[in-house]
Amino acid sequence: MALLVNGSWSFSYTRTIYQGPLKVVCSPGLNCYSCPAATTYCPIGSLQQLMAGIRIALENGQNFFGLYVIGTMGVLGGAFGRLICGWACPFGLIQELLYKIPSKKFSIPQKLNYVKYGFLLFFVILLPLTVVDDFGYGELWFCKYVCPAGTLEAGLPMLVLQPALSQTIGLVFYNKLTILIGFIIWSILASRPFCRTACPLGAFYALFKKLKLVKLRFSAENCTKCEACHPVCPMGVKFNESPDDAECISCLKCMNQACKFDAITLEIAGIPFGSQGGLRMHRPKPGDAAT
Amino acid sequence: MRTESEKKVKQVRITPFITILFFLIMGIFGIMTGEVGRVLEQAVQVCLSCIGIG
Repeated sequence: MALLVNGSWSFSYTRTIYQGPLKVVCSPGLNCYSCPAATTYCPIGSLQQLMAGIRIALENGQNFFGLYVIGTMGVLGGAFGRLICGWACPFGLIQELLYKIPSKKFSIPQKLNYVKYGFLLFFVILLPLTVVDDFGYGELWFCKYVCPAGTLEAGLPMLVLQPALSQTIGLVFYNKLTILIGFIIWSILASRPFCRTACPLGAFYALFKKLKLVKLRFSAENCTKCEACHPVCPMGVKFNESPDDAECISCLKCMNQACKFDAITLEIAGIPFGSQGGLRMHRPKPGDAAT
Repeated sequence: MRTESEKKVKQVRITPFITILFFLIMGIFGIMTGEVGRVLEQAVQVCLSCIGIG
């Protein structure tokens, strides 16, 4: 999926970003549309743009309230929720690859999980909407001051493609570079720190934890409380204790790599897909003869 | 005695479909107001301030 949303490789000779019609398609994950290879638009970036320009749009008789962007995000969230984080987000992939680097590993305090909701509410919605310049235009607070995905996927490549841009680098860029380096180091030491603590798109998809179409189902009668699902979870979810956890990215590691008793199955619209075969490998049930 | 297919129908959750339909309608309203053009206009330009340059 990362290659699909970053599928335009002509930038090596155009020296700029893809400017074709596919850019009306929403990237399901966090993927900066200023990335030279990006073929889709970033929902968080687009939402901020629309919030920042809402006054000017309304003055010009254009009712741009972000309905298209929020509608698309909502359809994706309603269908998949944070499964997108687990399977479709390029920046999530980068964090997973960094975590494979051998080092001492640390856990992330659960209270930090709530910070991303603050980023969604303030940096993506309220600040671009309310803090405006003399012309009535707001700023893209999350993109401009925080987003490490934008720095990595767009800022640094654009500096390589258009070296003249380096003359305009200032404190904002160094601030974002510091944040990027911080998350890179943190991703080596802990699992998916950006997803857990700062991603506003993850925060939005987390709101669909009980409403989404595709989710993992917990079977209490099959669970032996062995807690094998706890250490394999990249998001620190204890699935048997919190099956509808907002942090669950449906990576299926607990189902495929840990649980031996069919206590975790995949369900689509309430219909289980796990225990009858399908996506799941065969696991012995309690009471089966040892082979 | 309930058949297997009746049990499966009973298990089907309607809420996800209502949620998806709600946001789909929202998206369609956005398309009707011309927001797609605005999104495309923004997405094909390099947002220098977004990437911390300029």
